Amino acid sequence: MERLEVLKTYKIYIGGKFPRTESGRYYTPENKKGEQLGNICLASRKDVRNAVVAARKAFGGWAERSAFNRSQILYRIAEMLEGRKAQFIDELIFQGVSHKEANSEVEMSIDRLIYYAGWCDKINQVMGSVNPVSSSHFNFSVTEPTGVVGVVPDGSSSLIGLISLVAPVIASGNTCVVLSSEAMPLCSITFAEALATSDVPGGVVNILTGMRNEMLQPLATHMDVNAMAYAGNKTEEIKMLDESSALNLKRINKYQENWMNRDMQDLYFITDFCEVKTTWHPIENIGGATSNY
Amino acid sequence: MNRDKGMRKDFFFDPSNSPVVDKVGVEERVSRFQKRSIKKESKLQGLKMILNMIDLTTLEGKDTEGKVKQMCFKAKHLHDSYPGLPTVAAVCVYPSMVKTAKLAVRGSGVKVASVSTAFPSGQAPLEVKLTDTKFAVESGADEIDMVISRGRFLKGDYNFVYDEIAAIKNACGKARLKVILETGELVTLDDVRKASDIAIHAGADFIKTSTGKISPAATLQVTYTMLEAIRDYYDETGIMIGMKPAGGISNSKLALHNLVMVKEVLGSMWLSNEWFRFGASSLANDVLMQILKTETGIYQSGDYFSID
Repeated sequence: MERLEVLKTYKIYIGGKFPRTESGRYYTPENKKGEQLGNICLASRKDVRNAVVAARKAFGGWAERSAFNRSQILYRIAEMLEGRKAQFIDELIFQGVSHKEANSEVEMSIDRLIYYAGWCDKINQVMGSVNPVSSSHFNFSVTEPTGVVGVVPDGSSSLIGLISLVAPVIASGNTCVVLSSEAMPLCSITFAEALATSDVPGGVVNILTGMRNEMLQPLATHMDVNAMAYAGNKTEEIKMLDESSALNLKRINKYQENWMNRDMQDLYFITDFCEVKTTWHPIENIGGATSNY
Repeated sequence: MNRDKGMRKDFFFDPSNSPVVDKVGVEERVSRFQKRSIKKESKLQGLKMILNMIDLTTLEGKDTEGKVKQMCFKAKHLHDSYPGLPTVAAVCVYPSMVKTAKLAVRGSGVKVASVSTAFPSGQAPLEVKLTDTKFAVESGADEIDMVISRGRFLKGDYNFVYDEIAAIKNACGKARLKVILETGELVTLDDVRKASDIAIHAGADFIKTSTGKISPAATLQVTYTMLEAIRDYYDETGIMIGMKPAGGISNSKLALHNLVMVKEVLGSMWLSNEWFRFGASSLANDVLMQILKTETGIYQSGDYFSID
């Protein structure tokens, strides 16, 4: 008897769990050959709300982890991706990417995670500073994560665009809500499955599939979202983002990078989602001639 | 309707006659209340009603006058940047804080409720419980939230429980008496029903689910069972008894489900803070955020609301 293949249900990822969308809806994207990619959750604004709640809840714990531990966990995500490499490549090819490109996209994604894993416990060593001030204060600045970040990758890639934004955002201790590519959503959910098995606390990364024009506005206007990472060049979306950010002065960072470029990764993608905190600590002049230190 | 104190009509009240509760039936019925579609305008009205039914509560060992004053301020000024909001119904505190609270809410219409009778365990002799209650009443409490002796109840000593409630009711004077059953310790719905009947017949003005110290607290199933006891008593005597679910109701959705249930079990007469209350500490902020979301269409953040 011929065996029937078991198809995977792609569900959204909120708070470390894989619920179906609360709306109960789905859509069926197709590849260029007209083959159906699957029945994909058509998330609603209420899913956006739930995801932001989960991200906010996870923020304190994730930001308070030691930088070294965050580094270990990012590395662990990369390990999990390595183990699922074949699955990612198959999905990319199914979604219309050539065999060669699929291979290099997955490898690039893994390497990028490793790159940002390395940065976690070095951000403050490089960006932090002791500042010279003209009074008896020990004055120092450190970077802190901004908070809950809405991540909107360019929809033209399934995996690398998403990883290139998510990795620097969570490296410093932010949590995020990610809108998956409309046309190529498969890898984002498989990535969520890798996250769920890689010690990333639930809620640190939340991934929603569905229509961007339905989810972007509730995310951009949400008072509990502190920053947005937007990749792409759609004028209308950018205008809406700029207007919505005014409500609670969200930090908005826009990118138009080619993420397949190996050099498109650096510390400044991390500090885009960091705030600088400066502390004045009253103390005797440390370097002074009469100093007791 | 006023209740005749001391001389009661129901001399022959017998708790063993309390009806047996069909648990599966209750669960079925309760799940229906959670599926009602509530339209935007009704939702807004419901949310404002919920605010006005809240007993804003702080019952912690670490409570201080400062904390109580802060909470009383919040009770009067829920979110001043959005005009037209009601105040909460009452603040609920320990007897030692009643004086402070009374002074802090003076002139606002917000009532002061005090827990008493060795809250939350109730493990103290009757004299101590009476003294506790009298102290709270003399300090100015408008309402007394007493706990029943669950140990004695579970032993089957129903007369003891009945007499105790009656004695406390006597000590309350003009203050309204809420009787906390602590349903999390009674476990079965049959016992919840029995305890409700005892409390109602012994003189409770309100019956209340829980102290908030034990989980599960105010589940819809338990509240439903208690509402049925109130309904049956009303059908029999024409006397209205109030209901106060407390503990675990921390979001607007659950509170709205409760309102739907009260409306459908008891009717609109109960939809005011004279007859229905929510015992909660973090519910108010969630309701406020929902009200602003409903009005503006924008999801809100706790950063812009007062700390509980």
